[in-house]
Parts: sequence; structure tokens; C-alpha cells
Amino acid sequence: MKTRIIANGTAYERDVEPRRLLSDFIRQDLGLTGTNIGCEHGVCGSCTVLLDGDPVRSCTTLAVQVDGQRVTTVEGLADGTELNGLQEAFKACHGLQCGFCTPGFLMTLLPIYNEAKRLTREEIREVISGNLCRCTGYQQIVEAVELALNEAAELAETPPEEGLGRVPQESESSRDGSP
Amino acid sequence: MKPPPFDYLRATSLDEVWDALDSDDDVKVIAGGQSLVPLLSLRFASPSLLVDITALDELGGISTDGDVLRVGALSRHVQVEKHPLILDRTPLLARAASWVAHAQIRNRGTFGGSVAHSDSAAEFPAALLALDATMIVRSRAGERRVRAADFFHAYFTTALTPTELLTAVEVPIARSGSSWGFEEFARRRGDYAIGGAAVYVERDPDDTCRVVRAGLLAAGPAPCLAPRLEDVLVGNVVDAGRINDAVRSAMARVNPGENVHGASEYRRDVIGEMLRRALASAFNLEEVA
Repeated sequence: MKTRIIANGTAYERDVEPRRLLSDFIRQDLGLTGTNIGCEHGVCGSCTVLLDGDPVRSCTTLAVQVDGQRVTTVEGLADGTELNGLQEAFKACHGLQCGFCTPGFLMTLLPIYNEAKRLTREEIREVISGNLCRCTGYQQIVEAVELALNEAAELAETPPEEGLGRVPQESESSRDGSP
Repeated sequence: MKPPPFDYLRATSLDEVWDALDSDDDVKVIAGGQSLVPLLSLRFASPSLLVDITALDELGGISTDGDVLRVGALSRHVQVEKHPLILDRTPLLARAASWVAHAQIRNRGTFGGSVAHSDSAAEFPAALLALDATMIVRSRAGERRVRAADFFHAYFTTALTPTELLTAVEVPIARSGSSWGFEEFARRRGDYAIGGAAVYVERDPDDTCRVVRAGLLAAGPAPCLAPRLEDVLVGNVVDAGRINDAVRSAMARVNPGENVHGASEYRRDVIGEMLRRALASAFNLEEVA
């Protein structure tokens, strides 16, 4: 079946079998291999992508079901060589060990990061409860999320007229221009 | 871990759905697919055709109609969790939704899909039993209404026939003097329940219990009501002692069976404890010894 999606701003059209999982469509048909596949039945969260802006599991979605919709994968996060603030925070806090689960964590967290919400540690753990890290590196992941959300919230809370040059320029606030 | 081959049809009208359901016995309806796609990948299901109903706008929407709230089958879990009408008029349902799997799954899974799937460990069936909801079922022949207590039959089996579609659920709006409780236990937040309970209670102005119903999670082959609670609680001012008696009486009549999460006795203890806590919460009792 003809299936068209817009992935990270680029339009793709492919002919796929109805049984093709969105995760396989993204990796194999579109060549966007940043999205990882772990359990393949909706438990581990490694394959999380944004579908029309909301995090979903790409392994429990059929490609033909999302014809005409907008997908954002982890490749859509960085702006050229400039990492997204969430990615920076994961790097700064050692929030990844083997890195396999990281794309899923980042995509799960992206909408919350973009909203610049402050969360307690307990709330952070709740938000990431659908993503498994088999290195069990959760402590650093929670720290990375806390850092990223605090930075985003601080930036959002700074009144434009104050703050010694902290006026958020468009180039500075890449999180506002997320795909 | 890949689904078997099948044909796929994105229905643009209910007539197309009826034609598809009439065409073969092995036709399955798909909406969010959050239960069905894993079953396909595990090859527990191998339909000849999937009929996608997500383009049928008439199956969506959340609205009030007199003293009931109508929740369209295509409402996503996240909508049930956060919709102002549900939070205000039937908060137990919103609370149950917040326990359904993880955010990624709540963004995509549909309310009607979860109800029609009829997993005994799922939150919505238990809440709908407690709330005495009514299922709106349609086929080419017309519409029929089935009470929650008559809807869930056995393992993944409901009152739906192969040519019928669950289109909406009517949930009575919480009446004055009503309160509720919801408790669930799982190894990881968001995983299927090892045990749980959704409780709906109505009390008279003198605090006497008038109505009590509890839907149990993972207590048997099908979503079910906790048996005989009303014998112990209705007509009484409920205290910790009565709750303990009611839980003991109910648990003597359920048999959750052994599964990967534990032995039958363990699972009965977990369900009983969740029921005890949900009742205590519904009756505003801080501590139940």
C-alpha cells in the first residue's frame, strides 16, 4: 500500500505491506536508524517517536495507519551539529551508558522539555516509567532530565527585558524551534 | 516478532465496516492497535483483514446527554484521562485512565478498543463495571445497549458478535453523595496489574451506604465485579471493620488463578488489599487496620 509520511520535515512515499510496523518502516524503508527496536511489543519504549507531536511506540503502530501524518525521530532533534538541550543534558550528566535506549528516552521527554515544565524527581520517574534502560543507568538519566527541564524553565521564566543579556534569541532557544 | 500477512482497509463509512465484517470470519477491527498489534507481532492473532475505523469521526467525541456522559469509542486514553467533562462528571474514569499503561500508549490507544478487548487486568472495564456503564453496540441491523455487568464474558470475550462494533459507552454522571477509589499494584508503574480495584460509592446524608460497586482487575478470566460487597456495606455506616468483612467475603468468592506474576493465593491477597484500600479511600477512611 502506498504510504506517505513526513519524517523530520521531509516527505517520503513508499509502497509497504500492511503488516509493516512503523518502527521497521522508519529504520528500513526510510533509513532513519536512530530509532531503536527493543522488545517489539510495546514494553521497553526504545522505539518511541513523535506522531503528530505526541510520543508513541512505533513498534505497536502499523505504517499504513499513519499515512499522511507527521513523524519526528531522534534524527530530528539536533540542528546540524548543534545538539538539542535535552541531548546536551544527557551528555553532561552521563545519562547514557550503551545508548541503545537513549533515542526512546529523548523522544518521550521532548514534548515536556519543549513545554519547559519543572518536574519533581518523582514526576520525572513517572514520565520515564515507560522506557527501560538495561544498563540500569536511571540515576544519571533522572539527573539529566532534571538539568534539562530546569534549564528550559529558567530560560522560559526569564523576562525578556531583564537578565543581563539573557534575552532569548531565536538561535539560542532551539527548543522552541523543535520540529 | 513480525505480524503475519493480512489485508488492510481504512473504512470511510460504517457501511464499509459492515461489508468487511460480513465478508469473512477472520476480520478484525483496528483503532489505536495498542493491544492488537502486539498480539499480531506475537502471532497470537492472524486475521485475514484489518478494518481501520480511526477515520470514522462519528465514533469519537466526549459529551454529556442528560444524566450520562457519552464517551465515543475512538476517544484516546489521554483524552479520557484529561478531558474536563470526565474529570468533572465521572472522575473515577479519568483516574482509571491515568493508570492505563504509559503515556506513549495512552496517546494512541482508544477507549473503545480497550473495552472491546476485555482484558481482565485492564483499568477501563473495571471502572465501567463499578460505574454501571452501558455499552452502545451497533451492527448493520441497528443499535443495542448492553450493561457493563452483562458485557464482559470470558478471556478476551464480550457480548459483541463478530458483526458488531462498540461505538460508544454511556457512563452515569456521578450523583450527589458519591465518592470513589482506585488502587492498582504492578511490578512497574504502567504495567499490567497484578491486582487492582475500582470502587464507586453513594451515601445518604446520614452517611449510610446506599450503593457500592467495585470492579476488580486481574481477578479472573474476565473483568468482574467484587461479589457480595453490598450484603455487608449497604444500609450501614461503613467503618474499617465492615470494609475488612466485605473484602474477606468478596475474596472468598474470587479465584484469580496462577500466572506469571504469582500463585493464586498471592494474587488473591494483592487484589483484596487493593480492594480494601480503594474502599477505604472511597469511604474517606484514613486508616483501615
